[in-house]
Amino acid sequence: MTALTAGVEIAPPFKESRCIECAHCGLDVPAGLLHLERDKQFCCNGCEAAYEAINACGLRDYYELKSRLAETGEAARRGPGRYTEFDDPAFTERHIESLPGGACSVELYIEGVHCAACVWLLEKLPSVVPGVTICEVDLSRRTATVQWDAVRIALSEICRAFDRFGYVPHPVEPSAQRDARKNEDRAYMIRIGVAAACAGNVMLLAFALYSGEFDAIGEPYLTLFRWMSAGIGVLSLLWPGKPFISGAIAALRAKVWHLDMPIALALVVGTFAGVFAVARGSGEIYFDSLTMLILLLLIARWIQLRQQRRATDAIEMLFSVTPRRVRLVRADCVEDASIDAVNRGDLVEIGPQECVPVDGVIESGTTSVDNSMLSGESLPIPLTSGDAVSAGAVNLGSSIRVRVEAAGRTTRVGRLMSDIERLGRSRTPIIGSADKIAKPFVLGVFLASGICLSVRAPTDLGHALEAAVALLIVCCPCAVALATPLATSIAIGRLAHCGILIKGGDTFEPLASTPTLLLDKTGTVTEGRFTIRTWTGDESLKPAVAALEAGSSHPVAIALAAVAEPPSTSTQAHHHLGLGVTGHIDEMSLAVGSRRLMLDLDIDEPPWASEASHIAADLHCTPVFIAKNNEIRAVAALGDAIRPDAMPCLDELAAAGWKPELLSGDEPRMVEHTARSLGITRATGGASPEQKLERVAQASTDGPTVMVGDGVNDAPALSAATVGVAVSGGAEASLMAADVYLSEPGLAPLADLARTARSVTRRIRLCLGLAISYNIVAGALAIAGFISPLLAAVIMPASSLTVLFIALGAGKARRQ
Amino acid sequence: MTVLFIVLPAALLLAAAAVGGFIWMVRTGQCDDLDTPAYRILFDDDGQSKRDR
Repeated sequence: MTALTAGVEIAPPFKESRCIECAHCGLDVPAGLLHLERDKQFCCNGCEAAYEAINACGLRDYYELKSRLAETGEAARRGPGRYTEFDDPAFTERHIESLPGGACSVELYIEGVHCAACVWLLEKLPSVVPGVTICEVDLSRRTATVQWDAVRIALSEICRAFDRFGYVPHPVEPSAQRDARKNEDRAYMIRIGVAAACAGNVMLLAFALYSGEFDAIGEPYLTLFRWMSAGIGVLSLLWPGKPFISGAIAALRAKVWHLDMPIALALVVGTFAGVFAVARGSGEIYFDSLTMLILLLLIARWIQLRQQRRATDAIEMLFSVTPRRVRLVRADCVEDASIDAVNRGDLVEIGPQECVPVDGVIESGTTSVDNSMLSGESLPIPLTSGDAVSAGAVNLGSSIRVRVEAAGRTTRVGRLMSDIERLGRSRTPIIGSADKIAKPFVLGVFLASGICLSVRAPTDLGHALEAAVALLIVCCPCAVALATPLATSIAIGRLAHCGILIKGGDTFEPLASTPTLLLDKTGTVTEGRFTIRTWTGDESLKPAVAALEAGSSHPVAIALAAVAEPPSTSTQAHHHLGLGVTGHIDEMSLAVGSRRLMLDLDIDEPPWASEASHIAADLHCTPVFIAKNNEIRAVAALGDAIRPDAMPCLDELAAAGWKPELLSGDEPRMVEHTARSLGITRATGGASPEQKLERVAQASTDGPTVMVGDGVNDAPALSAATVGVAVSGGAEASLMAADVYLSEPGLAPLADLARTARSVTRRIRLCLGLAISYNIVAGALAIAGFISPLLAAVIMPASSLTVLFIALGAGKARRQ
Repeated sequence: MTVLFIVLPAALLLAAAAVGGFIWMVRTGQCDDLDTPAYRILFDDDGQSKRDR
C-alpha cells in the first residue's frame, strides 16, 4: 500500500495495462519495471537476482515444479547485511549444535518458504553449496535443519546462499517449551498408535464372537476370544485411555465438572464389568466399543492439538524475524554482530528506519524516534545525544550511535516479555459449552441408571445390572466430546490460511457472543500514519513540495512527498529540526513547515491561512504552511486517516451486538475525535498500560471482553481480556500476550473472525443437540434392555460419525 | 481348530512387534513433520533433475 491512497485529490497511481508475470515469483510486474527488450521480466531486483542464482546453479527445474504445482508466488526477499553475525562465538554457543565428526547442525527459520517448490529448491542446497551435508525443510513450520562441515564452510556463507535464492534465514530461538511440546506430541502419537492397534485387534476378535452368536462356537474358543478381548481392552484403558482417567481425577480433585468425567466413567465401568463377565464366564462384553471410543476421542483431541500447535509455532516464528543483528562500533570500525554478543557499555549504530535493539543513551547523532510500540504515542519524539532510547523504538531520522545499558532479556521490553511469559494465562479459563454439559450429563446418566435398577431389580437383578452397565457405556458422550474439538480445529486451520492465527480453541465462544470490544486506536482503526486531509490554496505547488520532502523519513514529510509525482529537477533542501524544510526548486524559494518556521523566516500569515489552520485544528490535524518566495501560498492539514474498512466492520460488529470502545495511549483529543467520526460513544485517551489493564478488568466484570492492540503498552490488557487480539506489525510482547494474531492490518479480519466464530458456535450447538438426542434414545433403549454389544458397536460410532461430518463443515462461512 | 490357541497369540505378538516398530519410529522423530514428506515424493530423483534440458 502506498501513501498515495490518502483522501487527496491526486491522480490514481498508474494501472498496469496488461499483466505480465514475474519470471521468478509469478506475481504481476509493475509497468515501471517492464523491459520490453528482455525475454524475462521481473517484479523486483530481488526476484531477478534469485532467478539468476537459481539458474546459475542448474536448478531451473524449480520453476517447472512450481508451475506444475500451480502455486501462487511470493516475491524474493533479501536480508540486510552479510550474515556475519551467524559466525559470532556467542551465536554459535546459543544456536549451533555440534555433531560428532566435526559437523554442525542448526535450525533456521526461513522467511519466504511457502510451497513444495521452495522445499525442493532448498533441499538441493547440499548439491550446490559444497560443505553443506543436509538441508531438511519443514514446510508447515517454515524451518530448515541444516548440517554442514564447519571446516569447509561458514554458516554465514550458507545463509548468503539462502539469501541469493530469495529467502531470508533467521535463527530459531531455543525454547524449553518447544522441546516439551515435541515430547508431548510424540507421546500423543504413540498413544494413538497403541489405541488403534488395540481397537483393530479387539474388533477382529469381536467379529468372531458376533458370528458365534448366530452360528455355534466351541466353548474353549469362546473363552479364549473373550479373555484375549479383555486383555487388550484393559491394556487400551490403562495406556492410551489414561489421559481420560487422569483428566477425570483432576477434575474431581478441583471439584469442577469436566467432560472427561462421564467418558472415564463409561470406560472404567465398561472395562470392569467386561473383565468380571469374562472371569465369571457369562455376561455381555463391550471391549470393541470401548477401545474404538478411546481411539476416536484421542484422534479428535490430537487434531485439535495439532491445529493449535501450528498457530503457536507460527507466532513463535514471528519472533525469530525481529532483528537479532546489531552494528557494533569497535575502535571506530562498524561490524555486524549478533545481539547475544552485545554487552553493557558497547557502542551500537542504528541506521534510519531500523528498530532500536537495546536500551541505552544516545552517544552521537540527532534524530526522532517512533515510540508507538512502547507508549502508544503516535507522534515522533525528537532525540539528541544524551537522551535515553528503549529497545523497540524505531529510528525515523538519521543514523545514531547508542551506548548500551541493557540488551536482550534485561531491556524494558525484554523484562516485560519475561513477565508475560511467567504469568502466562492468569485469567479465568473459559468454560466451553461442552464442559457445561458435563454436569447435567453425569447427573442424568446416574439418574437413568438408578431408575433402570430400581424398576428392574426387583424382578431380575442380573439383567437389571447388565442393563445399567449397557446404559453407562452407550451413553458415553463420545459425540459430545468430538464436536467441539473438531469444529474448532477445522475453523482454526481455515482461518490460519487467511492469516488469522488462533492460539486456543476456547476463543470462539466469547467471540460469538456480544463482547465489549476495546480498540487501541493506532494501527487498528486508523492508518497509523499521517496523510493529507485538506489542502487550501495554490495546488500547483504540490509537485515542488513533494520534491522537497522526498527522501526524508519524518512521517509528515512522507505524507507531503506523496502528495504528487515529484518533478525530476534538482532540489536543495535544508532541514530545520522539528520545524520544517526550506529549499530552492527551479529558481523559486520554498519553505514548508510549522507556524514557528514561518515566524522564524519573517513570513506574514494572511487571514485565510490562519482560518485554514483553525479548521485544521478543529479536525485535530497538524497544519503545515507552504510559502513560495516568502509568501504563504497554501496550507495543508495533516492527520491520521481512519481506515476505509473501519466503519463497515464496526457497523457489522455492532449489528452482531458487540460494544465497541476506544482505549488508546494517544492524545485524548485525537482519540475523542476519532471516536466521534466512527460513531463510538465511549473513548479513553492518554491511557497508560495500567489504566488499560484496569479498564479491561472493569469491562470483564460485565461480560466477555475483546481487546485489540499492537503495542508493548497493550500487552497487560491483552492478557487480561477474555480474548486478546494482536494485529499485524505489533510488538513481540503483544503477540505473546494475545490469543489471536491478525496478520493483515485493519479490522476486516476481526469481522471475519467474529463471523467464523458465530458459524462455528452454531455448528457446535447443532452437533451437541444431535449428540444429546442420540444419548436419550440410546439410554431409553438400554433401560428397556434392548442394547446388545453388537447394537452398541453399530450405533455408537454411527452417532460419532454424524457429528464428525457436521463438524467438518465448520469455518466455511468466512468472507461474504 | 485347536491350532487357534497358538496362532492367535502369535498373531498378537506380530501386532505387538508392529506397534513396537511404530513407537521406535515416533521416538526417533520420524513423525515430527507430517506435512513436508508428502510433497517430497513428488520431486524427481537427483540424477534426473540435474540433466540439462
